[in-house]
Amino acid sequence: MDGTLAAGLTGAAFWLPAIWAGLIAFAVFLYVCMDGFDLGIGILFPFMAEKAERDVAVNSVAPVWDGNETWLVMGGGGLLAAFPLAYAVVLPALYMPLILMLLALVFRGVAFEMRFRAENEGQQRWWDRAFSWGSMIAALNQGIALGAFVQGIAVTGRAYSGGWWDWLTPFSLLTGAALLVGYGLLGACWLLWKTEGALHRRAAALAWPFAVATVVAILLVSAIMPFLQPAFAARWLTVPNLLLAAPVPLLVALLIWRFFHALAEDTGHGGLADARPFLLALGLFGLSYAGLGVSMWPMIVPPAFDIWQAAAPPASQMFLLVGAAVLIPLILGYTGYVYWLFRGKVTGESGYH
Amino acid sequence: MIDALLPSALDLARFQFAFTVVWHFLFPAFTIGLASYLAVLEGLWLWTGKAVYLDTFRYWLKIFAVAFAMGVVSGLVMSYQFGTNWSVLSDKAGPVIGPLMGYEVLTAFFLEAGFLGVMLFGLDRVGKGLHMTATALVAIGTFLSAFWILSANSWMHTPAGFSVTPDGRFMPEDWLAIIFNPSFPYRLAHTVTGAYLTTALIVGAVGAWHLLRERRGEAPVRDAGMDAASSARFHDAGTALADGAGDPQRPSPGSAAESRGEEASERGPNPRARLMFSMAMWMLLFVAPIQAVLGDLHGTNTFHHQPAKVAAMEGHFETERGAPTILFGLPDMEAGETRMRIEIPYLASLYLTHSWTGEVRGLNAFPRDQWPTNVPLVFWSFRVMVGLGLLMIGLGLLGGIMRWRGRLYDAPWLHRAAVAMGPAGLVAVTAGWIVTEAGRQPFTVYGHLRTADSVSPVALPAVATSLAAFVVVYFLVFGAGIWYLFKLFQQTPRAGEAAPPQGQPIRSAGITPAPSVATGASPGPQPQPQPAE
Repeated sequence: MDGTLAAGLTGAAFWLPAIWAGLIAFAVFLYVCMDGFDLGIGILFPFMAEKAERDVAVNSVAPVWDGNETWLVMGGGGLLAAFPLAYAVVLPALYMPLILMLLALVFRGVAFEMRFRAENEGQQRWWDRAFSWGSMIAALNQGIALGAFVQGIAVTGRAYSGGWWDWLTPFSLLTGAALLVGYGLLGACWLLWKTEGALHRRAAALAWPFAVATVVAILLVSAIMPFLQPAFAARWLTVPNLLLAAPVPLLVALLIWRFFHALAEDTGHGGLADARPFLLALGLFGLSYAGLGVSMWPMIVPPAFDIWQAAAPPASQMFLLVGAAVLIPLILGYTGYVYWLFRGKVTGESGYH
Repeated sequence: MIDALLPSALDLARFQFAFTVVWHFLFPAFTIGLASYLAVLEGLWLWTGKAVYLDTFRYWLKIFAVAFAMGVVSGLVMSYQFGTNWSVLSDKAGPVIGPLMGYEVLTAFFLEAGFLGVMLFGLDRVGKGLHMTATALVAIGTFLSAFWILSANSWMHTPAGFSVTPDGRFMPEDWLAIIFNPSFPYRLAHTVTGAYLTTALIVGAVGAWHLLRERRGEAPVRDAGMDAASSARFHDAGTALADGAGDPQRPSPGSAAESRGEEASERGPNPRARLMFSMAMWMLLFVAPIQAVLGDLHGTNTFHHQPAKVAAMEGHFETERGAPTILFGLPDMEAGETRMRIEIPYLASLYLTHSWTGEVRGLNAFPRDQWPTNVPLVFWSFRVMVGLGLLMIGLGLLGGIMRWRGRLYDAPWLHRAAVAMGPAGLVAVTAGWIVTEAGRQPFTVYGHLRTADSVSPVALPAVATSLAAFVVVYFLVFGAGIWYLFKLFQQTPRAGEAAPPQGQPIRSAGITPAPSVATGASPGPQPQPQPAE
């Protein structure tokens, strides 16, 4: 299906949609990495018995969560600006999971502030529940939305033509569960890096089961993916492509091995060693995401529209690209600065150490 | 038969958008002004070195954190509503309004979110200068956000700089004409000024309320007040001890003594409350009249571009020369007239056309299918907005007179009036929003794309379910959030005000470090974590 429409396009009409597809994919990936670990902390809340541990865990992300979540707005806003047709078809198709995700994020985002305003333990327990359930439901529904999106969307003309329960399939539930445990893994690895003492040990203990579950989920999703759409099978299972795509699964295997190795070596002494499981887990996410990209390219509403068919006119894409080219490096710069500012271990004794 | 009475998916989608956007806008209407207020307070603190500015800054910073969080999450919902519920609008107008919203994310959202963490938790990490920069960047971010979203919104009211494809999609032709479309400068000035007034009214009400409390002896702050304040904190301290958590950021004895000395040397009523009230009254005195002028300019602009909306606002059905201003009346869309009118002759022609006998078109001059769908709503919301605006001007004038007489802090009736006017800004902004949005119906892109042709092909039960969920969740979550905001408003602004509690992972359940209650000392000014290495 590659380039059926792109064949006739040259110059800006060809490159602009490709660049924007890359930018939006980049924004969504940053979102998954960054909100992934702070949603993960909510997912791990039920495993933290003590209030003190929960406070430290929340404080480890309090200065950055808002910026993390902004990448989700960037993904959505970028899609509207650069691929309005995709935005107009995909969002109604994923209506229920997206609304549930938004409502869950409302609970969770407000709970960040409110659990510190609670006037007694009873109130705080409720906000802890809002934080935890909000994080879990948001993660689950993001995964469900992803699965439903990959499976394909019914389109007539320029509009979604399916029902309001089309998104609910065994595969979308699988991807929902996959993202839930995957974010849990990121959260555990983040805490492993950013905390010490009992919470660090607890995070290390939680990282194992979440890592195993994540690996199983990656294997299952990868095994099913090629059979969802003929184009996916052609991409992965025909001979020249098979060789080109082979490095992705091989790298995944290598990373999994390195990851468990790093987890087993955990000493809790701080330094870069504590960051290693987190970085390797991000690597796993990156490779899975790349695998997804290999399957999807260049479709943006599978199987109906590719990126050129769904693209806004070059005047729209160019206008925003000029700003993005200047502003995204700037944003990455000051986001990095803020992370650097709040670097180091977070403890119960003195906030940021 | 019953089908005709039940709402359609379109009605529910409209109501859902109205519900979520009104809830959302309550928060930025407050935080746009509050961010600037915080920047001014911090700037004054750095300039003068007076603790009263830092204390007031910290008092409002805690409130800002809560209000801003609610603005962020309710705003996230808005950015997806365009796609989930208004997909045809997104497909058709996305090439024009999409990039404007994209610029909002790139220039404003990241800036606000990135530096909010520094603003809330970073004073000791980055030093005063950089912290001031972070505060200023957050304030600039809130303005840029208003700039872009109001540009997109204004373009939908007064579209310009575009062409239309044969299948009805809007193509950008001239970005400057799109961004600075005819109604944008007026809408931006009017809305941002409204947000500043909203903040001033809330800040003024909180200041006035604490002045009143103190006057009634409920919360004195000087020597005797130390005990009352301490006992008020006892509940908090008890909670903290029950948690088994000693506060690690206890102030050093030196700083506690310092702030006690500072508090004891204060003369007159609570200086933080005085500062809030005084600044709010200055703001009202000068800005409320300016807002009236801006509103008139915006109205004249609307008269040129959306005359049917102005006809609905005025309750005019017949086209007249020398049209009256109808103060009150009952617009009747069926009968095509406004009944039981109390009116001032010629006035509407004067301010709309700047001539006593200028022609003002009434609704009957427009095809019925271009009338705003709910004329009485537009008519009444307009009167609520203007009425509250006049009250704001009045409050500002009274404040000015009492200040001139040297009795600004000694006029309980004025303080009570300021408390009563606390929510007036929020109500006026909401009413104004309803005027302009209900008034541009039945179009989304005025004159080009009808609301009925903009809606997503989503089944009615899905929209009904999501609407019910939004109603329940918003009242629950934001209701609780607003309750906490009121709790924060009730805290007496103190010398040595503490920083937001997130900096203290093991917190003392209130703003007061527990050990200071035990010793009777007020909290020191620097209860913050030390920078790490």
